[in-house]
Amino acid sequence: MAVISESSEWTFELIEKYDTEIARIAKSYGLETYPNQIEIIRSDQMMDAYASVGMPIGYNHWSFGKEFLNVERGYQRGQMGLAYEIVINSDPCVAYLMEENSMMMQALVIAHACYGHNSFFKNNYLFKSWTDASSIIDYLVFARKFIADCEERHGALEVERILDSCHALRNYGTDRYKRPYPISAAEEKARQEERAEYIQRQLNDLWRTIPRSKSSAATSEVARFPSEPQENLLYFIEKNAPLLEPWQREIVRIVRKIAQYFYPQRQTQVMNEGWATFWHYTILNDLFDQGLVTEGFMLEFLHSHSSVVAQPAFDSPYFSGINPYALGFAMMRDIRRICESPTDEDKHWFPDLAGSDWLSSLHFAMQNYKDESFIQQYLSPTVIRDFQLYYITDNDRSDAIEVSAIHNENGYRQVRDTLAQHYNLSAQEPDIQVYDVDVRGDRSLSLHHQQNSRRPLNRNSEEVLKHLHRLWGFDVYLFSYNGDEVTETIRVPGKGLSLV
Amino acid sequence: MSYIIDRRLNSKDKSAVNRQRFIKRYKKHIKQAVSDAVSKRSITDMERGENIGIPQQDISEPAFGHGKGGVRERVLPGNKDFVTGDRIKRPDSGGGRGAGGGSASDAGEGMDEFVFQITQDEFLEFMFEDLELPNLVRRQLAASETFKLVKAGISEEGTPNQLNVVRSMRSAYARRIALGAKKRRRVREIIAELETADGSILVALQQELEELQRKLGNIPFIDDFDLKYNIQKKQPQPTSKAVMFCLMDVSGSMNQRTKDIAKRFFILLYLFLQRNYEKTDVVFIRHHSTAKEVDEQEFFYSRETGGTVVSSALKLMQEIVDDRYPVSEWNIYGAQASDGDNWTNDSSICHDLLANELLPLLQYYCYIEITDRGHQELWNYYEKLAEQHGDAFALRDIEDYADIYPVFRELFQRQADKQKHSQLAGL
Repeated sequence: MAVISESSEWTFELIEKYDTEIARIAKSYGLETYPNQIEIIRSDQMMDAYASVGMPIGYNHWSFGKEFLNVERGYQRGQMGLAYEIVINSDPCVAYLMEENSMMMQALVIAHACYGHNSFFKNNYLFKSWTDASSIIDYLVFARKFIADCEERHGALEVERILDSCHALRNYGTDRYKRPYPISAAEEKARQEERAEYIQRQLNDLWRTIPRSKSSAATSEVARFPSEPQENLLYFIEKNAPLLEPWQREIVRIVRKIAQYFYPQRQTQVMNEGWATFWHYTILNDLFDQGLVTEGFMLEFLHSHSSVVAQPAFDSPYFSGINPYALGFAMMRDIRRICESPTDEDKHWFPDLAGSDWLSSLHFAMQNYKDESFIQQYLSPTVIRDFQLYYITDNDRSDAIEVSAIHNENGYRQVRDTLAQHYNLSAQEPDIQVYDVDVRGDRSLSLHHQQNSRRPLNRNSEEVLKHLHRLWGFDVYLFSYNGDEVTETIRVPGKGLSLV
Repeated sequence: MSYIIDRRLNSKDKSAVNRQRFIKRYKKHIKQAVSDAVSKRSITDMERGENIGIPQQDISEPAFGHGKGGVRERVLPGNKDFVTGDRIKRPDSGGGRGAGGGSASDAGEGMDEFVFQITQDEFLEFMFEDLELPNLVRRQLAASETFKLVKAGISEEGTPNQLNVVRSMRSAYARRIALGAKKRRRVREIIAELETADGSILVALQQELEELQRKLGNIPFIDDFDLKYNIQKKQPQPTSKAVMFCLMDVSGSMNQRTKDIAKRFFILLYLFLQRNYEKTDVVFIRHHSTAKEVDEQEFFYSRETGGTVVSSALKLMQEIVDDRYPVSEWNIYGAQASDGDNWTNDSSICHDLLANELLPLLQYYCYIEITDRGHQELWNYYEKLAEQHGDAFALRDIEDYADIYPVFRELFQRQADKQKHSQLAGL
């Protein structure tokens, strides 16, 4: 077949041709995708997209402006390049291509985003169960309009305050232990009023001040509320905060729902990038094998590909943690290797995987895991050796950091377990839950923090509690537990202010 | 299936609103930074943007997270010679390097300020916020360049460039409906009848149908009397014409530093006027023993020295006012900078000149004295003036570069704010 293009300049016709060829190859590998919407944008539009954390339509808030100024400054000073692409989990799947990119980069981005990420969004179980790609854009439009209306009615400052407080808690706005219903814009709108009314009724019941019958007042064992601890703080606020207006509850809900939309992305970085990188690598190599691209194209491609998957060592000045592209790509390739040409070691470690059909095994891995379980399941001794991974324990009660395991026979499992924990959100974020509300007393809200390996909360916690206090309206306590022992208590408002 | 869309033509500045909100939220910080920058900058340098730094702590968005301490386990790449059981000395505080920090916190050390750029416009905006020329009265509807075109409805007549396409099409559409309604109704009837008709009736019906359709086709799509035109009317705009007299002492007693401070004050003033008022004249008068009207370049940059007779400048100012700026049309302001030296006995002449001749014509006159010595005769006379004409006359002294901007702000504060301040002071 003839080479598609020689020059490094892109045109719309060429993008279309490359897209057709890439789609053909992607299909032959069974990549199932949403339709693609490829948008060509300028670099300043890319900065806008950055600032709105990848949401194509966002409500207005100063924190996005701060992000924008930050990106703008970094870009203007040349401290950071802009990503070549941003892709949005929606149906159709929106991918942004920058006009500055060369033809090769556009082809790479199409393969990476429009077929790699896109098929991941469509098929990974987390995305399937937590997000609804077809309605996210509608929902964002609804959210933007709702918040703009609130600003008009209640003043921008009031709305900003609520948003500030919700943003402080947005990592605590998802149900971690049960599956959610995907969001749907149409239903949201229809049910919004109904919900507002319903909640008010529920609340009135919960906060009823008319004395109950004697029997229940007499029992000293008053049932705790909530009856079980709640990890979804924003949900709890939305449903139970005594003083919020209906519109404020709706804003809490919007922040919560958008946080939920991003929840799968936070848990599948390594896999998602690894998957997309694996496929752009495979697809572009196929293009070359079929004679569709030139050697110059391939050299340029390999240059940018190898910088994307570079992993600096821990003592390098460029080190900034483990590169999800590098780790993900290495693991995806390794799965293929184990399937196609397993060594004795692989057969011992992965008896089911070794020798199986690589394509279906890879699809299975992509569909059914998140980073934590993916690493736990698939990180092989080969990859651990290639990355020279080692595992250290930093105990503040000991005067030195200890090397607990390295890339050898005794260490593989420990390294793998620990690395998997890096990607476990419930280990990376403090475990904080609503424990009790003093329903019959001062209406104060108590949170419990269960420490993980004695790790304390950071200094921001009091600020966050102030935000929680704003939403709740009454005193808020946070008890930090190490096992059964309370090691720290924060109370907002502080004691000096209270009337007690 | 892929859709390729060119979004490059979409509007710019999607983030403008959010950026504005950020700036509004941190107004206090930015104002402070602008004020600091103004006193540090050189004069040629007033009109550009500025890097604003805000302490990272003030703008952080708090979130729950782990603090230091407890047991931390990490996996790192690139092991070269560690073996299990090795003990590594803990890096010094912060643990920034190597085994310690890495990606742990992105709000990490080293970045203690959030720095961003504001544009020149925003810079000036903050610089001159809440300032205005005192006692500005809208004098007259001046003759020139003060018309505004306003919409004045729709007309049947006009020139092609004023054609209102939407209105024209709307009326054409209405006309077409009106002219064809009857015929179209008949067409529908015939079509319905055609199904049942036969023989000669059928032929007659078909003929009628063709005839009707020909007539319908003859209704013109657009006709002369469909055309509608926008009409516009010129509306005179009241203008605020103001003239500002800048008076500066360039005598031998003014050294380079005091001249420089005076220059900066006037430049600030000049920028302020240019920015706030469309029609503002500026007259520069420099004086030593004699006064002379000069252009801007000469006012700030030429060198000339001699004795000091302040009244010469005031006299010249009065002449120029009489000559070119009739009080009925112009708001007149004066600003004078000096080191306070004056020819003996001249100060009382200045006092009389101002009190009797000039101040009745002027809206406002301000005097700044640049000196670190004690005040002299001129100041004492001017102080009397300030007592008598509190509204229209003000005097301040400047000792150093850093005083320029605060004094400037004080002199030109919005009237309402000023009253508030004085009331507070009164309490």
